[in-house]
Amino acid sequence: MCVAGIDIGSITSKAAILSDGKIIGTKVTFTGYNAALAGRKVYEDLLDELTIDETSIKKIVSTGYGRNSVDFVDKAVTEIICHGTGAHYLNPHIRSIIDVGGQDSKAMIVDQDGRVKDFVMNDKCAAGTGRFLEVMARALEVDLDSFGLQSLKAERPSKISSICTVFAESEVISLISKGEKRDNIIAGIHESVAARISALAKRVNVRSPIMMTGGVAKNIGVVKALERKLGMSIEVSEYAQSNGAIGAAVMAMKL
Amino acid sequence: MVTKLKVILTLCFVKIKKIMLAVKKKKSMKEIMTVYYMEAKTAKLSGKKVAWITSGGPVEPLIAMDIIPVYPENHGAMIGASKMGVDLCEKAEEMGYSRDLCSYARSDISCATVNGGPIGGLPKPDMLICCNNICGTVLKWYEIQARYYEVPLFILDTPFCHTEYSEEAKKYVRRQIEEYIAFLEEVCGRKMNYEKMDKVGRLSVEGQRLWQAVLDTATNSPSPITAFDAFFHLALIVTLRGTRIAVDYYKNLLEEMYQKVDKGIGAIPNEHYRLLWDNLPIWYRLRWLSNKFADYGASLVADTYTTAWCGTLKYIDVDNFLDSMAEAYSRIYLNIGIDEMAKNVIEMIDKYNVDGFVIHSNRSCKPYSLGQYDIQKIVQRERDIPCLVIEADMVDERNFSESQIATRIEAFMEMIKEQKGSWSRNSNYTE
Repeated sequence: MCVAGIDIGSITSKAAILSDGKIIGTKVTFTGYNAALAGRKVYEDLLDELTIDETSIKKIVSTGYGRNSVDFVDKAVTEIICHGTGAHYLNPHIRSIIDVGGQDSKAMIVDQDGRVKDFVMNDKCAAGTGRFLEVMARALEVDLDSFGLQSLKAERPSKISSICTVFAESEVISLISKGEKRDNIIAGIHESVAARISALAKRVNVRSPIMMTGGVAKNIGVVKALERKLGMSIEVSEYAQSNGAIGAAVMAMKL
Repeated sequence: MVTKLKVILTLCFVKIKKIMLAVKKKKSMKEIMTVYYMEAKTAKLSGKKVAWITSGGPVEPLIAMDIIPVYPENHGAMIGASKMGVDLCEKAEEMGYSRDLCSYARSDISCATVNGGPIGGLPKPDMLICCNNICGTVLKWYEIQARYYEVPLFILDTPFCHTEYSEEAKKYVRRQIEEYIAFLEEVCGRKMNYEKMDKVGRLSVEGQRLWQAVLDTATNSPSPITAFDAFFHLALIVTLRGTRIAVDYYKNLLEEMYQKVDKGIGAIPNEHYRLLWDNLPIWYRLRWLSNKFADYGASLVADTYTTAWCGTLKYIDVDNFLDSMAEAYSRIYLNIGIDEMAKNVIEMIDKYNVDGFVIHSNRSCKPYSLGQYDIQKIVQRERDIPCLVIEADMVDERNFSESQIATRIEAFMEMIKEQKGSWSRNSNYTE
């Protein structure tokens, strides 16, 4: 039996299809202006890629900020529950999940059955999110994909004290004008993001084993900085970015 | 010109009388509040004085002196509920006030200069009474208004009660109550009638007991009242505490609640989950929030906010009202230590048998919001129930993000639903 999960986030939309409880494919595309369209498109693209007919998908669950904008799904579930479910599916030992997406970051505690016991989310601010990193990468003219790796080359991370994205960007610009090394600035940015996320994670009392999910989990610089701040190792799955969609698909299996 | 004004005022007076007669029959909140504000606005005509007072201030001496108390905070709530907060807050910011200041303060300060808001501004005060038991902002706020209106200001300073109310604090506050009465006597040019004061004290206590009894009907399942209803019915225990009007209103309301309980009528159609609310209401989103929770069968049966106007009854001795009032006003929820606040919250969790705790982290109200994370931790440690933090503001809609809050509420309700299966408190829960 095939089921699908669609996670429509603020920056990217993700789809995952499970067949008899096994992941057979995932896909990530940009959300753009129309969330409903993006949800439909990422789902159809994945079906095409897997050459599966839509009729063979028995149930669909949507999640993410655009979860209520798609009308072809059976149920909409919040990304908090889906990330918990997804991480538990990928590794049942996981007890904490730190999910950092485009516009929000959250930390969750799950029990042995993958049920969310507690969660916290960032307040209404882009600091400590994917959008923050995107703005900084643009200011530094560095490709977002190599942003993380580049920070590992830093000798001495710069100090970014402002937590506001707009103010931090001007701080970065002034560091550039002072001739600070780019790698150091990037590492400083990652430290600042990690500080913000670790405060959130500590508030909910994260415990090992921890999994990091969401697009920002692909950034090795943030993951390493966060591990240092928390004093705990963090697991990152190859499906980190699609974890919400996978969780949604697992939820679809239960419908 | 003068004759014309007299005619207008007489017409107003006749209208008030008519409404008052109507109120005697119906006693609806809207009519009572309309009469109250009209009386305050035409106080000059009846030769009465108007005092602006903070929401946690001792109003009883004002009532005994026949002074009309007016509450800028109640006005702030009305501004918020009528969604006029952003406009007035922006005006205050144009005047130079920081956006980080309390939105009640900002909207009141700017409203005074333009006579805006839902009732065209508050009646001009003859004096200001500021009690700092609720926060420190009120000191500057009332000083500003005292300068603006050029009227005398009385400040009642209540020491913070971390755990206890010391002998020194007792003397200090009691002495100020005497000064307060002397201040009122001077402004009014007449003496306090202590017999009347005694009666007002008794009515105040009676009103508070009735209000507590109304809130206590929420111990029933299904609850006949939600926090959203309490936010509405609260107006009189704040503004008309110590009057017969408030006592009669709450008697009727209590009767109504008892009837609902007898018939098993809940405030929401399907009460599956019971929640406790912390902090001030989000005035401009009451309906949205109430529907959002009701969609999940969640009834916000109690809150820490509306109980503030009856929470210190245990300190009041009705036969010795003025002395005991000093202690009661000093020990209100916002003037006690975090451990004490947590103790109150846990008592409410047990009393109202709640499944979850919803915390409004209110950008405006610092003394209420500071320490909420600690209270959350204590609650989770002691009672292990899910807690939710909503970041918003009571009046300033710019601090409310609908999609973020919707996601949090949905996830919180999904979490409670999942957990309730494993640790159900109500054995008859079947979903």
